[in-house]
Amino acid sequence: MAEEIQAAAAVEETPKDPMVIYAEEIQARLADGIISFDTKGNELVFHVKRQSLLGVMAYLRDADETQFKQLIDVCGVDHPNRAERFEVVYQLLSMRHNIRARVKITTDEETPVPSLSTLFSSAPWCERETWDMYGIMFDGLADHRRILTDYGFDGHPLRKDFPLSGNVEVRYDAEQKRVVYGPVSLPQDFRVFDNLSPWEALTDIQLPGDEKAGENPNMPKIGWHPTNKVSE
Amino acid sequence: MTSAIVEKVTDDETEMSQEHFIKPYTMNFGPQHPAAHGVLRLVLEMDGEVVERADPHIGLLHRGTEKLIEYKTYMQALPYFDRLDYVSPMNQEHAFALSVEKLLGLNVPERAQYIRVLFCELTRILNHVLNITTFALDVGAITPALWAFEEREKGMEFYDRVCGARLHANYIRPGGVSMDVPAGLLKDMQAWTESFPKVLADLDALLTNNRIFKQRTVDIGVVSKEQALDWGFTGPCLRASGVAWDLRKSQPYDVYAKMDFDIPVGKTGDCYARYLVRMEEMRQSLRIMQQCIREMPEGDIKTNDYKVTPPPRAEMKNSMEALIHHFKLFTEGYHVPAGETYTAVEAPKGEFGVYLVSDGTNRPYRCHIRAPGFAHLQALDMMSKGHMLADVVANIGSLDIVFGEIDR
Repeated sequence: MAEEIQAAAAVEETPKDPMVIYAEEIQARLADGIISFDTKGNELVFHVKRQSLLGVMAYLRDADETQFKQLIDVCGVDHPNRAERFEVVYQLLSMRHNIRARVKITTDEETPVPSLSTLFSSAPWCERETWDMYGIMFDGLADHRRILTDYGFDGHPLRKDFPLSGNVEVRYDAEQKRVVYGPVSLPQDFRVFDNLSPWEALTDIQLPGDEKAGENPNMPKIGWHPTNKVSE
Repeated sequence: MTSAIVEKVTDDETEMSQEHFIKPYTMNFGPQHPAAHGVLRLVLEMDGEVVERADPHIGLLHRGTEKLIEYKTYMQALPYFDRLDYVSPMNQEHAFALSVEKLLGLNVPERAQYIRVLFCELTRILNHVLNITTFALDVGAITPALWAFEEREKGMEFYDRVCGARLHANYIRPGGVSMDVPAGLLKDMQAWTESFPKVLADLDALLTNNRIFKQRTVDIGVVSKEQALDWGFTGPCLRASGVAWDLRKSQPYDVYAKMDFDIPVGKTGDCYARYLVRMEEMRQSLRIMQQCIREMPEGDIKTNDYKVTPPPRAEMKNSMEALIHHFKLFTEGYHVPAGETYTAVEAPKGEFGVYLVSDGTNRPYRCHIRAPGFAHLQALDMMSKGHMLADVVANIGSLDIVFGEIDR
């Protein structure tokens, strides 16, 4: 018991990262909106419930200690294996406090996300782009047209299941005297140069027999290392 | 251009029946219009000569850069950044390099940082020269373009000498720069920075107090401080509206913290203020360039972690390890630890950001590009409302629109 108290005291003594304190304060104010926060790499990330996005954003924009007056960017990320495959990521900037924050919500193909067009004038085009690229719907977005793809385009190109070569291509038809659409025809097979070695990508997996690697910082580095260069 | 459709409106109740009314109409501006700065299609709803609504149709230069990057290794993804805003390629490479370095936790040698800053500032000058002169061309002055493009070509020669390409540099790499500056280049650049103020003085003489130029730009497209923040303005467009904000000062990267320079801030937020801010920024960039040339230390130009940057050619001749590293680097590429970052730089047009998501493999899982022009062009409707048709051209010119970055 005494040991536990001592351990707890030791934890408290280590000074907390000011960004963590800052994030905790904001989370305490918006406990029902913010699910969790993350300060990895010194970047502030809030995971927010989809339905309370508007409230959280309005608070972050207007409160004295946040003042995130600029919505820098909105974009989507596709994780097809997750239950809610899309992440919508908002980049915020507070010039008053010189701090950036990232707000993330999740959604799927059917569920619309609240639009921020009432809060930030810079939102509509970013949201149109996210709709165009991922097919994420925005509830309350007045102008829900596509923005970057062609007129009458079909599909959402940045989804992971959309082929890199696309589905249609355009060519000039001399008989009809206009540009026509046709299915993509590749003169040779589409080649994917996947040079990924199967073991190096396993960054978070413990390989059997490799348990002691990295335990001893004084262990000599085996193989190529800039310090054991061949003498010139 | 379409001529105004004038028709008689018969109205039985009033005596107005013989008056001529101009029916509101829609006009298509671009995508093949010299003042559209590329492939902007603008659908304008006009009431006579007055713009009621401007609806930009973009995407005519969409090449799917973000999708392509997901299928390339980090090293192969870099050249795509030259092709976004093709008049300021190195600043964008810089943003991508910084984001990859952040995920890798890589330190860049000081000499490389100086070279990067030196060339980013050269790029800023080249970009502003292009913008100011074409902007002046749009509002009726052709001489600035003729005079300043010669000077721009000299700047391109420095690009050529340092990396072998005038435009698509592929020079700033994660971990440093691809090669050291050749002998004599810094001396020539120093000479150029000393002669360039004369060109700026010429531009000044041609434009700053020019009656016609001022008539076309003063009080046109006024953006207030609040509007600029609300619409996501960054860079010279934001500073012209009176917000003192520059990422090189507020969130300095590489050696900008050591540099001594000032941030010009506009007062009026109109097209003229945006022009003035850019003119002054060029002078400040010259200061930074001269400091870089003066203070540049000797040393490595890229990190010596050969997992990320290729080993020197000579070493590969007698070191098996170096050869393997070289082979692995140019086939498989390097692995970036899982994580994500949003890294932004002060590109000539504004905040250019890269949101990079890595899943621990050799290719980015997601790479979103935040282009400053995208936010600026969105505000064109707000800026042009109630202005004349010719003022739309001035607004587009002053926003510094390049479609490579907007359409991506």
